Amino acid sequence: MIGMLFALSLITYVLFYALPVDPARLTCGVHCTPTAIAANRERLGLNDPFYLQYWYWVKALFVGRDYGTGFVQMHCYAPCLGYSWNQQQMVSTLIAGVLPVTFYLAIGAFVLWMTVGIVTGILAARYKGSIFDRGVMAITLVGFSLPSFFIGLCILIFLVVRWQILPPPHYTPPTENFVDFLGAMILPWTTLAILYAAYYTRLTRSQMLDTMNEDYIRTARAKGLREKIVIRKHAFRAGLTPIVTSAGLDFAGLLGGAIVTERIFSLRGIGSVSIRAVADLDLAVLVGVTLLGGTFVVIANLVVDILYAAIDPRVRVK
Amino acid sequence: MSEISMEGKMTNSTNLMVPSAHEGEVILSVEDLSVSFKTDDGVVQAVSHLSYQVKRGQTLAIVGESGSGKSVSSLAVMGLLGSETSTVTGQVHFDGKELISSSADTVRRLRGLKMAMIFQDPLSALHPYYTIGKQLVEAVTAHHKVDKAAARARALEMLNRVGIPSAEKRIDDYPHQLSGGMRQRVMIAMALINDPELLIADEPTTALDVTVQAQIIELLRDLQKEFGTAIVLITHDLGVVADVADDVIVMYGGAAAEQGPVREIFYQPEMPYTWGLLASIPKVGDEGQLDPIPGTPPSLIHLPQGCVFAPRCSFRDQVPNKACATVRPDFVATGTNHAARCHLTKEQRQIIRLDRKIGK
Repeated sequence: MIGMLFALSLITYVLFYALPVDPARLTCGVHCTPTAIAANRERLGLNDPFYLQYWYWVKALFVGRDYGTGFVQMHCYAPCLGYSWNQQQMVSTLIAGVLPVTFYLAIGAFVLWMTVGIVTGILAARYKGSIFDRGVMAITLVGFSLPSFFIGLCILIFLVVRWQILPPPHYTPPTENFVDFLGAMILPWTTLAILYAAYYTRLTRSQMLDTMNEDYIRTARAKGLREKIVIRKHAFRAGLTPIVTSAGLDFAGLLGGAIVTERIFSLRGIGSVSIRAVADLDLAVLVGVTLLGGTFVVIANLVVDILYAAIDPRVRVK
Repeated sequence: MSEISMEGKMTNSTNLMVPSAHEGEVILSVEDLSVSFKTDDGVVQAVSHLSYQVKRGQTLAIVGESGSGKSVSSLAVMGLLGSETSTVTGQVHFDGKELISSSADTVRRLRGLKMAMIFQDPLSALHPYYTIGKQLVEAVTAHHKVDKAAARARALEMLNRVGIPSAEKRIDDYPHQLSGGMRQRVMIAMALINDPELLIADEPTTALDVTVQAQIIELLRDLQKEFGTAIVLITHDLGVVADVADDVIVMYGGAAAEQGPVREIFYQPEMPYTWGLLASIPKVGDEGQLDPIPGTPPSLIHLPQGCVFAPRCSFRDQVPNKACATVRPDFVATGTNHAARCHLTKEQRQIIRLDRKIGK
């Protein structure tokens, strides 16, 4: 797990190091002289060989690092992800500032799509072949095929601009005003949830149809259990594992930044920061958010593994 | 009823109800049961016009090859066939009700309470994610308003009764922690936990070791004696049939080929398919090869026009006018409690039996 994160950081670092850009030139400004560039290069530590630069970066993660020469002295506390010269900010501070937005976006959408997806999926499986099931299958196909920028823009244009049902979303932290927070988040949540709910409806439905054919479902019916209980306690539980796997990874993926949705609804989260870092070729921020995203995926994998054991006793190790 | 119809066209076989030779109250009466499935390839006629009765404390064995309709007919009795995929006609009288026309909920209330079923593979038939205790308790609470502790006590009692060693510990085990034989004991405990009047056992020993098979059959017999349960035993193991059955139905191609008391089926079988089944039992001391029935079971989508067994029957030439290929034989009484579906005359069958030393 640690090894995976290490490899991830190295690959990201190498990838951006290999880019044909000179950060020293980029941070220099319009009226730049070769002397200024050289000074910049020295200041950014770009004269050190690559492996040293990487080593300093990794070291900073654990023990922190001092930046600046001469009159500006800064200390970056561990876990230090480096300093963004573009943003004039520590990367960790930058990320800490925007992470809550992404987190709220992800968790709200997650709850929404899981509830809708699982409930609809179970119902569709139970009434397989009915008009309801066919309708669900058609709608989910459409929902799943639509790109999030399309859904997001449609919602924004029709609900906010054209019909003015909802006020234009303006992010407010939940600690400040919870109602405003909900008002700002409901549209991005819905946008993300439509996309994922379509997928989870189909996943749940196919899982349920699979498990409904199992022998133990027949046993449950032979016991005289109500169909409701057969489905909820026996079939759903057995089909839960792949749903949990997907859910864990999708949630972690969203924590790494929902770039399109954040941009459309002007939410300043990890996604927006990443996009800006790419545009600015801001290496420190890019490596930082990539590593963060990777960490979320690794943690999600761990959580999924633990949940497996909770769901399936055969996985448990004595 | 017993006249062979010679119109040439396929006629629906009569659904002769063969009375059981044994004393007792009729628990289950199946009349003219037919089951068909709609598939992409056509309509599968899985069961055709099956009739039988089972009395209290008696065991009816249904034998036949895979696809002969023995399992499907029992699932139909239990109401366990999906109504979207299958069509069930006929009558099933049980507990004073006719089940085919009853609502799904009426049948559900009987399942597990008055009629129970155990299945072939106890590993796949038990839910892998719940302890056996939990699954047993659920079987009780599905039908009785009792608290968890009482249900658990009952579960423990049943586990002890079916011979699970140190049941107090085992009750919290998951199915995968038990051996195959133990799992089938758990299934039996679960089926009998509400003291049902009817137990349908669908090949209960097929997935088990030979030594364990004997134990499970022994257990079923003991429990039947104790509780007076009527048992419908689905099997292809004629050894088991000889051991425990009172009456036997031999099924072929979805219909009863022969039906009668177990002694008559073994000692005076009336139908070439039964002869073939008996001949294919290995015997100790017999030299040479087994004598299998040639050919394969019929497709249930395109059943042969005449006798379903005719394509595999070595005696079809003894019947005049190629009747075996054109006329479906009726299910005809050959004795008080014995019926068979065959065009051969009584004399012909007697000669063949003597000739081939069939039935003793």
